[in-house]
Amino acid sequence: MQAPVQKPLLSVQGLVKHFPLKKDVLGRGGGVVRAVDDVNFQVLPGETLGVVGESGCGKSTTARLLMQLIEPTAGEVLFDGAKVGSRDLPLKEYRRQVQMVFQDSYASLNPRLTIEDSIAFGPQVHGVSGGVAVARARSLLAKVGLEPTRFAGRYPHELSGGQRQRVNIARALALQPRIVILDEAVSALDKSVEAQVLNLLLDLKDEFGLTYVFISHDLHVVRFISDRVMVMYLGEVAEVGAAETLFETPRHPYTKALLSSMPSMDPDRRTLVAPLAGDPPNPINPPGGCRFHPRCPKAEAVCGQVVPSRKALALPGVTQGVACLIHEPGSGHTLAALPTAQEAA
Amino acid sequence: MNTATATLPVEKPAKSRGYWGNVGARVVRDPVFWVAASVVLALLAMALFGPWIAPADPQASSMLSRLKPIGTDGYPLGSDELGRDMLSRLIVGARLSLFMGITPVILAFCIGSAIGILAGYAGGFTNTAIMRTIDVFYAFPSVLLAIALSGALGAGIGNALLSLTIVFIPPIARVAESVTTQVRNRDYVEAARASGANAFTIVRVHVLGNVLGPIFVYATSLIAVSMILASGLSFLGLGVKPPEPEWGLMLNTLRTAIYVQPWVAALPGAMIFITSIAFNLLSDSLRAAMDNK
Repeated sequence: MQAPVQKPLLSVQGLVKHFPLKKDVLGRGGGVVRAVDDVNFQVLPGETLGVVGESGCGKSTTARLLMQLIEPTAGEVLFDGAKVGSRDLPLKEYRRQVQMVFQDSYASLNPRLTIEDSIAFGPQVHGVSGGVAVARARSLLAKVGLEPTRFAGRYPHELSGGQRQRVNIARALALQPRIVILDEAVSALDKSVEAQVLNLLLDLKDEFGLTYVFISHDLHVVRFISDRVMVMYLGEVAEVGAAETLFETPRHPYTKALLSSMPSMDPDRRTLVAPLAGDPPNPINPPGGCRFHPRCPKAEAVCGQVVPSRKALALPGVTQGVACLIHEPGSGHTLAALPTAQEAA
Repeated sequence: MNTATATLPVEKPAKSRGYWGNVGARVVRDPVFWVAASVVLALLAMALFGPWIAPADPQASSMLSRLKPIGTDGYPLGSDELGRDMLSRLIVGARLSLFMGITPVILAFCIGSAIGILAGYAGGFTNTAIMRTIDVFYAFPSVLLAIALSGALGAGIGNALLSLTIVFIPPIARVAESVTTQVRNRDYVEAARASGANAFTIVRVHVLGNVLGPIFVYATSLIAVSMILASGLSFLGLGVKPPEPEWGLMLNTLRTAIYVQPWVAALPGAMIFITSIAFNLLSDSLRAAMDNK
């Protein structure tokens, strides 16, 4: 598009994860939960890609798939052009380059290890000697704002939530990764601590030249930290765009609804009607066509039959791509533009 | 601990006492722990130093002083059906009885934990295969299984130990499996996987420390059961053979005298009772101390 074409650092192609449901004794049931369905996106080096969506839309599953903690049903992840798990990029090496920070700061630290041992564990797995790993852990503790002489020997239950999340960030950085996936990393923190940790993340990004995939349901936070934002709905990508563009001029009806649900600081712009009614449909049996059409205020008959094209979403550095028939010329939706001459031909 | 460091900023590296330090601090405040621990210590002392503590030779019989009541001169706790000093036999018998109670549990703890942790960490088909095989042992009541196994293997201490070990592997493996399955799904194990560590390293660093505690406490509670089962085997003539002093066996041989000297005949049973209660209370207070964070 307009942005200079950069080689993506992380490229996700046709990622699918279906969780099978248990069959009963008679062999009934046995459907699948379509947690993530044909997700394509690119992460450019040095950018922060925000991922937003309602709970259950597949954000966290996507994070776990990116980290290869669960096996994808289909699709692949390319890192720096190499397929993850191939001979060029063994899983262990990939996991040194890509790290993750989990939402639950307490559950993600081993209660039996001191925090410096927790941080030093990763480097030791990758062949760094114990002494060097502990020294690195201490310097990272200092980097994330925890005085090593006071905190290094403590156990997780002796820290506050914000301090623990700093430890988790330090642990992710201990492997000197290039990408950090932050899965709701600040969502469990209270607002003042959340702001501190966000600023810390921005500082660390500059210092270590990191790339972030920032997953959150908090739109304000995503807008603050992201360069580009990806909106997910029911396991699919609805819209991708540069953060400012997407927040100022959303194009997908779901993005519009999601943004209008943001509490506004401006009393003249307060939300009066609930933007979306009901819960998202069941991902076991998602609606046909566009998955958003049962809740979409602009849905027409065609929306239940035609799946919107997702071609535009997967381009590297795409500044505004949307999967909606309204924005697809010649789709048959009354609000869509007529097909241009060359497309009709 | 937190409040102390918050109000008084200390400069020196504060190495805190950690999880086991906290468990220790809680357990010493529990009076039940002290009672149970001192009984267990006394029993262990009897087991270790029995032959030196015992006032008389536990094997020396005397046809003239059979079945003396408690408090007889020279026989503080009476004498048995062959005129042997009950006090000495009870003291010396502690060694074999405790040995028969504790050894199978230690063996089963090692083997059962290994099986359970393997099944729990592997999950999926491996888990199902291992745990359903283990379940087969549950089809038999534990007493029956112990009797059947030692009956089939033949009488003797070694075979009794072996059969008791086999009896205790399934319950320990099951506990180990369920604790490991819980720990395996914690985020810190995910994080360890995400750092590229292999399964063996993850189990060694992140799983063992978090599962061995609960398994150990459960195993402690089995010591009492093991003692009773071992006594039962001896009682049936499948474990320790006479004239070796062992509480279960003593209970067996004295049962014919129950109408003549009921109090003397009940003494070995009382020892078994006290020992199992002490081990049970000990494991209970350990579990209570480990429960709260």
